[in-house]
Amino acid sequence: MTLEQLGRLSNYSVVSATIVLALAFVAYAAQWGLARNVAPARRVAVPERGPAETPVDTGSDVDRSDTAGGIGFSLTVLAELMLVIGVVTRGLAAERVPWGNMYEFSCIAIMGALAVYLLLVRLWDIDWIGALVTVFAMIVLGASMLFVYVPPGPLVPALDSYWLVIHVVCAILAGAAFLVGAAASVLYLLKARAEQNTPDAERTGFLWRIPSSAVIDQVAYRVHAFAFPIWTFAALIAGPIWAQAAWGRYWGWDAKEVWAFITWVGYAAYLHARATAGWRGKAAAILALLAFSTFLFNYIGVNLFVGGLHSYAK
Amino acid sequence: MSAQKRNEPASELGWREMARWTWRQLTSMRTALSLLLLLAIVAIPGSLLPQRGVDARAVEAYLTDHPKAGPLLDRLGMFSVYTSPWFSGVYLLLMVSLIGCIVPRALVYARALRARPPRAPRNLLRFPASTEIVTASSPDDVIAATRVALGRARIDVVERDGALELSAEKGYLREAGNLVFHISIVVVLVGVAATVLFGYRGAAIVSEGDRFSNVLTQYDEFGSGSLFDRDSLPPFSLKLDDFAATYQPDGPQRGAPLSFKATGTYSDGVDGPDRPFTIRVNHPLKVAGTSVFLVGQGYSPVIKVTDPDGEVVFDEPVPFLPADPSYTSNGVVKVPEAKPEQLGFQGFFLPTFVTGSDGATRSAFPAPLSPILGLFVWHGDLGLDDGQPQSVYVLDKRKMTQYMDADDPTKGFRVSLQPGESQRLPDGHVIEFVGLKQFARFQIASTPGVQVPLIGIVLGLIGLIGSLSVKPRRTWVRVRRDGSRTVVHVAVLDRVPRVDLPADLERFVQRMQEPLDEGEVSS
Repeated sequence: MTLEQLGRLSNYSVVSATIVLALAFVAYAAQWGLARNVAPARRVAVPERGPAETPVDTGSDVDRSDTAGGIGFSLTVLAELMLVIGVVTRGLAAERVPWGNMYEFSCIAIMGALAVYLLLVRLWDIDWIGALVTVFAMIVLGASMLFVYVPPGPLVPALDSYWLVIHVVCAILAGAAFLVGAAASVLYLLKARAEQNTPDAERTGFLWRIPSSAVIDQVAYRVHAFAFPIWTFAALIAGPIWAQAAWGRYWGWDAKEVWAFITWVGYAAYLHARATAGWRGKAAAILALLAFSTFLFNYIGVNLFVGGLHSYAK
Repeated sequence: MSAQKRNEPASELGWREMARWTWRQLTSMRTALSLLLLLAIVAIPGSLLPQRGVDARAVEAYLTDHPKAGPLLDRLGMFSVYTSPWFSGVYLLLMVSLIGCIVPRALVYARALRARPPRAPRNLLRFPASTEIVTASSPDDVIAATRVALGRARIDVVERDGALELSAEKGYLREAGNLVFHISIVVVLVGVAATVLFGYRGAAIVSEGDRFSNVLTQYDEFGSGSLFDRDSLPPFSLKLDDFAATYQPDGPQRGAPLSFKATGTYSDGVDGPDRPFTIRVNHPLKVAGTSVFLVGQGYSPVIKVTDPDGEVVFDEPVPFLPADPSYTSNGVVKVPEAKPEQLGFQGFFLPTFVTGSDGATRSAFPAPLSPILGLFVWHGDLGLDDGQPQSVYVLDKRKMTQYMDADDPTKGFRVSLQPGESQRLPDGHVIEFVGLKQFARFQIASTPGVQVPLIGIVLGLIGLIGSLSVKPRRTWVRVRRDGSRTVVHVAVLDRVPRVDLPADLERFVQRMQEPLDEGEVSS
């Protein structure tokens, strides 16, 4: 295959992955929607006054919801495979590692995020964040193709270093876990609010089929606790070492550095908040989401609007 | 309560109590958390506004563009956020709060290290994570099995009221990691401060064929820490012989840079031997405790100015600073030797000029395929002698007059030259575009003690991983012989709460029971 053909194959794969992700999102949305009349799986419902009106088709609703979730998972696996093909062929077409500009970074970051998500579904059964993860992935991939696509080409000289592998791979891995953590935090907030406000009798729907807010909180914490040291390494060790070699200063308050630092401080605050009375729970989850939004701003806002030494986007 | 009454106890609060109260507030977790968030917030403006320490020229441009808001922001320190009093204030407070947390916690930890695990509470089954098992094995066997199941832990076994009681504690490394992490942050901050105070950083533009000596006057930009002695720059010099740049010649990424390479010779010391060097992006030259980085490049047209008598008054390469990826470059030529009036030129250089459909010329490719130099001309006083330092890239036109076009006095007189061409000015001087050289922009930096923050942050990461992954746990087991069977109560308490503790307890009990004789389990 020629380099042009490989580049085209990569583009087709990424487009296909985006479409499949859209379908996966539909399936995950159906998983929620179909379970809207379903009572929680393990709840023992003993109504005090009068017999409860049990929906007749509860059983089949559960089955259909589960089937939709399974389809969502399978489609996400399929999208991930397509994305892997897209990223690998992109690297072959450009004859280098495939993360030299914003478009490529988006593709490989989403590939990493989906990989972390799929792995955690296998480990901890967290497919209840599937809808959030797939819709996010779909939007990022679609927007990247529309707004920041560039054809495969050589690296700018500043990026020609093995630190590109270490620094960027760690940033992607941490970002992938941050995404899963943010999705879990969103669901934590929803679930915690519902647990507070919903009377027992009204506890139907998918939100009541997912684990309790305490379990979700723990999932979020573990993912963040995994990501934070990696982010520390990517942003505060590998980054400065490379900056020292490339620019002669290990830290120079470049816009990207500032926001990487803000993200680091944000997640540090989250980890502290979980151990501080009055901040545990909701406030901590909101901090995690704020920290994730600073990560996103660093990736979108700083690349496109602020500029600086890290802007290889355009 | 009246105001009088409320004031009474306050007036009794001496400065000692006040200080203690302030200290306790400052070192509380809540304050540390707020300070962390505040630090993140005060860091934001520095990423959105140009900063003097990063790009001084951008700050000047911003001040020119925003005559009203600019000076106000400047007074607030918005253009040097990271050295401003308010930013420093936040991080110094954070550091004090940090030390105030570390010291007492380190003392507590030192005591905990020597302490024995706390003795078993009376009723173990009251714990949320607890269970009872019954076995035919002897109490000693149960204790032995528990020790195996616990693995590495600090274990005490005592006999009390006819029962064997085991108390175990593990996961001491969590707090150790925590302390190491927080101490290392202090090390990093101190190390960073030291590298800044004792270090220096400057930038210099060197054209092919030129020599750079490491003295202050040869720098375009220079900044150093307050503890760095500017007269003690280590002596070395380098001569740039050749600068090679390659660009993507075709395809959709045409013009994208592929490689930059500066070669020449350098000498360490005042008159050391000349040694060859090659500097590429990411591959600096290390000399005399200093590193020389390649951070930019551009073109230096060699310009010669001859006076009406045929005497050469100017002949040197003049760096034109690139303004876009195709190296559309801007520059200034100052000819103080021209008589009777000094001459100044300001204009652009395009390495590959094309004329667009709108008639404007622009550069289409970064390599010099068809270079052109376009200049406007001023005559008068360059203002070099009034003692004010001035930038070589800016023409001070206050005492100068522009030569206008003879045919159309509304337009400036224009010099347009390709290499080898020359043009006569209205006053009889002749300007010639002799040839084209490239320049390299070097960053020259010394960061003494850079290893300190590096080692600090690496240790910090190790501590962080320990503090996030080690799970401290207390385990209590009470074993009582009851006739022919042994009743065992087990309780576990995690210092870090987790929701799957019951499942974990179940696994632990299973491991514990493996070597034991059959017995029914009840929780």
